[in-house]
Amino acid sequence: MPIMGLTGNYAVAHAVRLARVQVVAAYPITPQTTIVEKISEMVEKGEMNARVIRVESEHSALAAVFGAASGGARAFTATASHGLLYMYEVTWWAAGARVPLVMAVVTRAIGPPWNIHVDHQDIMTLRDTGWIVSMAQENQEVLDLTIQAFRISEDPRVYLPMVVGLDGFILSHTRAPVDVPEQEVVDEFLPPRRQPYVISPETNLVMGNIAPDDIHFLMRYSMSEAMEAAKKVIEEVDREWAKLTGRRYGGLVECYKCEDADYIAITTGSWSGDAKKAADMLREEGYNYGVLRLRFIRPWPTEKIAMAVEGKKGVIVFDRAVSMGATGPIFADVAHTLYGSNISLMGVIAGLAGVDMKARDFAEAMRMFSSRVEEEGRVYEPRFWLLPRRYRGRPERVKEVAKRWS
Amino acid sequence: MVVNIRKLPDRYYIMPGNAACPGCPETMGLRYIKMALGDNVVLVIPAGCSSVIQGIAPRSGINFPILNIVFAAAASAASGLKAAFEAQGKDVHVVVWAGDGGTGDIGFQALSGAAERDEDIIYICVDNEAYMNTGIQRSSLTPYGAWTTTTWTGKKEHKKNIPYILISHGVKYVATASVGYPTDFIEKLQRAAKIRGFRYIHLLAPCPIGWRFDPGLTAKVAQLAVQTGLFPLYEYINGVFRLSPIAKKYKDPKKRKPVIEYLKLQGRYKHLLNKPDEVKKIEEYIENLWHLIDALEKTFTAEGGKGEAIYRSL
Ligand SMILES: Cc1ncc(C[n+]2csc(CCOP(=O)(O)OP(=O)(O)O)c2C)c(N)n1
Ligand code: SF4
Ligand SMILES: [Mg+2]
Repeated sequence: MPIMGLTGNYAVAHAVRLARVQVVAAYPITPQTTIVEKISEMVEKGEMNARVIRVESEHSALAAVFGAASGGARAFTATASHGLLYMYEVTWWAAGARVPLVMAVVTRAIGPPWNIHVDHQDIMTLRDTGWIVSMAQENQEVLDLTIQAFRISEDPRVYLPMVVGLDGFILSHTRAPVDVPEQEVVDEFLPPRRQPYVISPETNLVMGNIAPDDIHFLMRYSMSEAMEAAKKVIEEVDREWAKLTGRRYGGLVECYKCEDADYIAITTGSWSGDAKKAADMLREEGYNYGVLRLRFIRPWPTEKIAMAVEGKKGVIVFDRAVSMGATGPIFADVAHTLYGSNISLMGVIAGLAGVDMKARDFAEAMRMFSSRVEEEGRVYEPRFWLLPRRYRGRPERVKEVAKRWS
Repeated sequence: MVVNIRKLPDRYYIMPGNAACPGCPETMGLRYIKMALGDNVVLVIPAGCSSVIQGIAPRSGINFPILNIVFAAAASAASGLKAAFEAQGKDVHVVVWAGDGGTGDIGFQALSGAAERDEDIIYICVDNEAYMNTGIQRSSLTPYGAWTTTTWTGKKEHKKNIPYILISHGVKYVATASVGYPTDFIEKLQRAAKIRGFRYIHLLAPCPIGWRFDPGLTAKVAQLAVQTGLFPLYEYINGVFRLSPIAKKYKDPKKRKPVIEYLKLQGRYKHLLNKPDEVKKIEEYIENLWHLIDALEKTFTAEGGKGEAIYRSL
């Protein structure tokens, strides 16, 4: 299998080619744009047999691939940030229709002010929609997840659309060696498209007209059950992909040095690599850290998280997004997962708006958390703002900026 | 091409028990689509009366395969659906059936995009001149003076001319039609079906509920709109503009019926019937509209009878 130097976005494009996607529609937005550029190039060069619909907006992009998927084609779109918000209405319609579909979300902050840099505020808006939401840590995983996404979404136990999240610039525009599988390998892994129904003259079906409220209620229930079923499918797919390629990620979560750890840091996305480095640093200082990286935000890996943190002294959650007036979104879900345990828990909000988080920044928060736990006993701190480095410990400067900019 | 409506199939396209109001123009239009195009059709329907008319799932009161879609996305969902059929080597008519709001307002961006891309779909705007599904609010296609629940003293702006805007997109086919003239509409559908690329039909659909007239008068009101010159019927095919034969004579103002005959049948115009200034504004609108028609006729001609040849060949 050839190793290629690929950006995360090109890894997506190659995965889409290998998955034999038939219809692509997307609208340019940084940092997503190079995905649709690359796909267009591959199609025009004859390396890929698909129709690219150059739509006039993201709302239309998702509507078009949803239409294509409803008509029986394997379809793909990609977006980021404002583009995702613009297509938000259609994300709900597509999930509710139970039509398999795959989208890449290249994570990016939401304005104002205009900002093209990474955070997770955009992708986190998908939590309630019924999309399966995954996050990659590096480019190889981006490619693998994108191929797997079609298999997961098209599994009859699931039939839900799936998002592959990759962090803007950190992955999307950074080249790394990627093992690109041969077409035969992907063909063996990915069966021909399956879907619950097809809209066509032969089937004469109607999708989406008014239904009795109790039926609609049960449709929502069945989506929730499908999300539960997806957990098993995700694990299966992880194992099967490993058989074919030797690469295995752990399914819903990846655990780094969790077994002997006293403390667990929970993260998602590319910055998990920095969190792992921080864990190693803290181990040298005597705080035994492990990192639980969430590969999936939906379905929420309840059981896996509960298992990984069982018997630990504390859990620190790093969110790259915030639910205003509440906490970080991942923290909120971790907190309900740990209901009833008296484990120490801290939610850290950091890295918003593309503010860089280095291993030492993670280490700073983790060290502070562990030392508090060891001194005070049980700590519960749901919303700790890890400010940009030069504002830490300087409340008067923070106040000044807030006054000038709000 | 001449259509004999009695010889067209018309079996169970619109079922008893569908949820339309009596005298509904949308069910009339839907029936004509299948009479014209047969069974090889898939409808894409955004929010609007026709989402409700279908009735309650898992059944449907309209015998079509239908992809219902969010309000603003009919043209784009149809583009994708068509692409899926093409990818599978299936030749299917993908037909959008959208209201005036879904076409000229919220769905306009998607419509314009699909038209510019020359998507191989037939887009029909069923124009009842307001948001009927949500209870008769004005749209950009509501005409001057009409009462709606958001224009209690009459709308202050004229109707947006969507077919003209579509001609400006340079698409292959644009036509206007009225549910009062089914044969004309069916002929236009059949001609459109023979063309590849983006096709747009603007269907006037007088709504007894929103326009406040007797439900037995739908066809009559739809005819009067044409006969008063308010709604010219025409076709534009591959760069050639032609007034439709049944409506040609209304080019001559003397042959038109007085617009008041049309207005007085409709409760939505009640407040301006005895305001001559207001009626005059509507008459002026008609004059201007026909200036535009005249200009289109003169602009989009084909020399040496080629224009007629194009029409005859379809
Ligand atoms: C995004 C969105 N905004 C508003 C609505 C509410 N809504 C449903 S139908 C409709 C009006 C439809 O008007 P039109 O397109 O003219 O169709 P008609 O009902 O007149 O046939 C509105 C405003 C909606 N469904 N979706
Ligand atoms: S309100 Fe008008 S368009 Fe809507 S269903 Fe009733 S008659 Fe038909
Ligand atoms: Mg309307």
